[in-house]
Amino acid sequence: MLIGSGLITVLVLALAGLAVWRGPRPSDERRWTIWWGLGFSMSVLAVLLAFALWAGERMIARDDGALQVQAEAQQWGWRFVQPGPSGPVETEGVLYVPAGQPFDIVLTSRDVIHSFWVPQLGGKMDAIPGHRNVHRLMADAPGTHEGLCAEFCGIGHAAMRFEVVVYDPAAPPPFVSAESLP
Amino acid sequence: MTEDQHAIAPNPPRKALLLHRQLDRVWSDLPGWRGTVCSVNHGTIGLRFMATSFAFFAIGGVLAMLIRAQLATRDGAFLDTQLYNQIFTMHGSIMMFLFAIPMLEGLSMWLLPKILGARDMAFPRLGALGYWCYLFGGIIILSSLLFGVAPDGGWFMYVPLSGKTYSPGINADVWLLGVTFVEISAVAAAVEIIVTILRLRAAGMALTRMPLMGWYMLGTAAMMLVGFPPLILGSILLELERAFDWPFFEVMRGGSPMLWQHLFWLFGHPEVYIIFLPAAGVLSTIIPVFARVPILGYGAIVAAILGLVFLSFGLWVHHMFTVGIPHMALAFFSAASALVAVPTSVQIFAWIGTMWAGRVELRLPMLHVAGFFLTFVMGGLTGVMLAMVPFNWQAHDTHFVVAHLHYVLVGGFVFPILAGITYWMPMISGRFRVRALGETAFWLILVGFHGTFFLMHLTGLLGMPRRIDRYPDNPEWEWLNLISSIGGMVMAMGFALFVLDIAMQWLFGRRSHRNPWRAPTLDWAMALPAPSYNFASLPGPGRDDAGAILPLARGEGLLPGAPRNRREVLVTDAGTGRPSHVAVMPGNTALPIWTAMVLGSFFLLMLAGLYVVTPLAIAAILWAGWQWGGFMGSRADAPAIQAAPGLSLPEHWQVRQTLAYSGTVTLLVADGTLYASLLFGVGFLTVIAPNWPAPVSGLGLGALLTAGAALSVMTVATLAARLAETRRATPSGAGFALAGVLAAGLALVLLGGLAMLLDDPRRHARDALRAVLLGYSVFHGVVALMLGLRSLCDARQGRTGSQRRGAAPVWQLFQTFWLTTSVLSLGVIAVQEIG
Repeated sequence: MLIGSGLITVLVLALAGLAVWRGPRPSDERRWTIWWGLGFSMSVLAVLLAFALWAGERMIARDDGALQVQAEAQQWGWRFVQPGPSGPVETEGVLYVPAGQPFDIVLTSRDVIHSFWVPQLGGKMDAIPGHRNVHRLMADAPGTHEGLCAEFCGIGHAAMRFEVVVYDPAAPPPFVSAESLP
Repeated sequence: MTEDQHAIAPNPPRKALLLHRQLDRVWSDLPGWRGTVCSVNHGTIGLRFMATSFAFFAIGGVLAMLIRAQLATRDGAFLDTQLYNQIFTMHGSIMMFLFAIPMLEGLSMWLLPKILGARDMAFPRLGALGYWCYLFGGIIILSSLLFGVAPDGGWFMYVPLSGKTYSPGINADVWLLGVTFVEISAVAAAVEIIVTILRLRAAGMALTRMPLMGWYMLGTAAMMLVGFPPLILGSILLELERAFDWPFFEVMRGGSPMLWQHLFWLFGHPEVYIIFLPAAGVLSTIIPVFARVPILGYGAIVAAILGLVFLSFGLWVHHMFTVGIPHMALAFFSAASALVAVPTSVQIFAWIGTMWAGRVELRLPMLHVAGFFLTFVMGGLTGVMLAMVPFNWQAHDTHFVVAHLHYVLVGGFVFPILAGITYWMPMISGRFRVRALGETAFWLILVGFHGTFFLMHLTGLLGMPRRIDRYPDNPEWEWLNLISSIGGMVMAMGFALFVLDIAMQWLFGRRSHRNPWRAPTLDWAMALPAPSYNFASLPGPGRDDAGAILPLARGEGLLPGAPRNRREVLVTDAGTGRPSHVAVMPGNTALPIWTAMVLGSFFLLMLAGLYVVTPLAIAAILWAGWQWGGFMGSRADAPAIQAAPGLSLPEHWQVRQTLAYSGTVTLLVADGTLYASLLFGVGFLTVIAPNWPAPVSGLGLGALLTAGAALSVMTVATLAARLAETRRATPSGAGFALAGVLAAGLALVLLGGLAMLLDDPRRHARDALRAVLLGYSVFHGVVALMLGLRSLCDARQGRTGSQRRGAAPVWQLFQTFWLTTSVLSLGVIAVQEIG
C-alpha cells in the first residue's frame, strides 16, 4: 500500500510538472476528467477496498469458541482476567495469552473512554463505559509486547501502559502465584 | 447571453469621478473609531475576519512550537502534563474554530460580492454580528489559557472525560460555551453566503455560468448549514449535563458517550470539506489565470463539488472505526470514505488538464499552488489508507494520523489560502509586492512543513500515540521527533516571513495598475484598491467580465451611483439571474456590536455559573433582537426604480421574495437540522444506550391535555399570521395580527405549564431529552411571538399596504416551523409512552 501510494504520488506530480514545464498542448476535457479523474481513481479504489474488506473479514471477532480474556480499563491502568489452570485469574498491568491461537479481548471501562492497543499485535479497540467491545488478536510466537492506551484519557494518559506476555501453550507460565493480585 | 430579450440597454455614460464620490459617501465606513464599531461593509468585515484569523493562526502556531519543543526529547521537562494537555487541545481548537473557518468566512465575505458583481453581501449587519461574536468568543477562549483553565480534553472533547465527574473545572465549559458563541458567526456566514450567491449575482448571470468560486462557496455554505447544527446541539446538551446535571452522556442514567461522538463527527467530517472546498475554489480561480486558458471541465468540477457535499455527510463514522460498531456498517462507511477521493481526483486532474492546455507562468501564487499539489496529493492518499479498516485499526490515534491530517489541512487549506492571499493582495492593498521575500517565505514553509510531518508518518507506524507528553521508554522515537521539531521551527520562520512580506507590500509596494494578473473575472473589473461600493454601476449581460471595467466605472451598467443616498443592491432570480427588485441595505450601525455584547454577557454568565442572573441577559438579547427589525419596513409605496433604460424594478418592501425571506428559509434549514439531530439523539439513546427502558414516567392525562391545548392555540396563531398577511390592506389585518400574538402568547403560557408537569430531567436521559424538546419549542415560540409583535407594529404604524407586507411572511414561516416541530415532539413522546 505504501509503495502504491508512492507511485500514485509520483505519477500525479509528474503530470503536474510536465503540464507546467512544457508549453501549451491540446488538452481534451474528457480525457482528464473522465479517464483520469473517474476511471483511474475508481479502479485503484476498487482494488484497495476489495483487499481491505477481505483482510478485515479475517480480523473480525466471531463466535467460534476462541479463547476469551477480559480487559477492564480505568484511569490510569488495566485489569485483565484470563483463564488459568484453576479458573479465571485476575492480573493488573500484565496480560497472558498463548501463542499461535486467536483470542478475543472483551473490553470495558470503569470511567472514561480508553483504547486497547498493542502495536506489534495489530489494531486497536476502544474501551467505552457502558459498552462491551470484543476485539480479536493473535500472537504468532512467544515473547513480551508493550501495550498502551491509545485514546486520550486525562493526566495519566501517557503512562497508561501494560504488557502482553505471549507464552508457549505447551508450557504455560506459573503466573498464578507470582504476578497475580487478589 | 446576447439574445435580444435578455439584453439590457446601457445607461448614458457619466463622469467616473463624480459617481465615485457619490457612492463612496454612502458606502464607506464612518471616520475614526466609530468606523471600527459601526462598519457593516462586506469589504471591511471580510478583511477583519481574515486579519483576525491570521492573528489566531499565529497564536495557534506558537502553541504548536511549544508542543514540538516538549516532544523534541523523550523526557521533555519543558511543560508539565496538565499544561501540555491544555496546549494541544487549544492548538487544535484554535486552528479549526478560530483560524480555518473564520478565514474562509472572511475570504468569501470579502470576495463573493466582487466576483459575482454585487455591491455587498445579502445581510451586512449579520456579517458584522458574526465578526463580533467570533472576536469576543475567541478572546474568551484565549484568555482561559492565560488563567490556566484552558480546555484540556482534546479538541474533540470526548465524554465522559469532558463530563463534570472527570473534568470538574470550568476548562470544558470554556470550550463548549466559547466555541458555541463563535459558531454563531459560522451559521450567520452560511446563511449570508447562500443567499448572496443565489440572489445577488450580476444581472443575467445564470447559476450555470457563474464563476466556479461561487459554486465552491455555495457547497461550503450548504455543508456549514447542515454540519454545524449537530455540533451546536452536542455542545448545548453537554453543557446542560455539566451545568444542571441532565444526563445525556452518562451511562448510569440512560445516556451514552457514543452520542457525543456521533454528533461531534456528524459535524467534524464535513468540517474537513468545509475547509477544503473554498481552498479548491481559490485553486480553480487562480490556475486558469496563470495558465492563460479557461478552466477545463467546468461541468465536471461542479458535479464533483455536489458529489463532495453529498458524500461528506456519509463519512462521519470513519472517525469511530475503533469504537466497536457493527460489521456491515464498517464496510459501508469504509467504502464511502474511499469513494470521497473520486470527486477530489476529478478536480485534481481537471486542474492538471488546464495547466496542460496552457502555458503556466510560475508567479508567486502559482508556487503556493505547486506546494498544494505536492502536499495534498500525499495527504489524500494516506487518507485513503486510513479509510481501510484494518489499517485504520493500526494507525488510529497515532502520529500517523497527526501527519495525515496536517498534510490534508496544510496542503488542502493553508497553501491554497496563501496562494489566494498573494493573488488578491494587489486588490486589497492596491500595491505590488516587494520582490524575493515571498519566494523565500514559500520555500521555508514548504521545506519546514515536510521536514516536520513527512517522517511523522514513520513515527506513527513505529507506534507513537497522539497526545502523550513524554516517552521515556521509547528512545527509538527520539530522533524522528527531533527532526520534526526542527522542521517546525523552520516552518514558523517561513510564516513569519510571509507576514513580513504582506506588511512590506502594504507599506512600501509600488502602486499596482488595474488587473495586474490580466484575470478574466469580475472581481478585477474595479479600481485598486477595491472601492467601498465595488462597482459604480452593476454588471449585466455583455458587461460581466474584467473587460467591462471602464463602462462600469462610467455608470453604463445597472443602478449607477447612489442618487437616493442609500445603499442599493440589485436582487436577481436564484436560477436565471433575471433582475427581480432593488434591495435597500442598512448603513453603518453599532447594533451588531451591541447584540454581540449582550450575547457575550449571556455566555459569560453561564461560564461563571451565575444561572440566576442569566434571565437578565436573555431579556437584553430579546431587546437587541427587537431593535434589528426597526430598520425594516416602509410607510409608503415607492415608485419603481429605473435600473437601466427600459428596466424598472420595485423596492424590496413591495415584493414578497425578499432577501430576508430567502435568509429565513435558509436559517430554518439549519434549525431543522438541529432539530433532526435532536430526534436522532432520542432515537439513538432509546435503541443503543444501556439502562433503558427509563423509569415509569409521571406524565398523565393532565400533561396530554395541556400539550393538546398548546398545539391548538399554536395552530390558531399560525392561521392568524396567515390572515394578517392576506388581509393586510384591510382594517382587519391588524386585528388578525393581534389575535395571532395573543394566541402565541397563550401557547407559551401553556408550554410553561407543561414544564411544571414534566418528570425531573435529572432522573433519566429520557426525561432530560423531553425537557430539551420542550425547551426547543419554547425558544421558537418566543421568536415567533417577537415576529408577531413586529407584524402587529407594522400593521398599526402603517408599514403594511396592498404591496407592502411587513414582517408577516417571515412570521408565518417561523410560526409554521414552531407548530410543525412541536407536533413532532409531542408525537415522539406519545410513541415513547405507548411503546
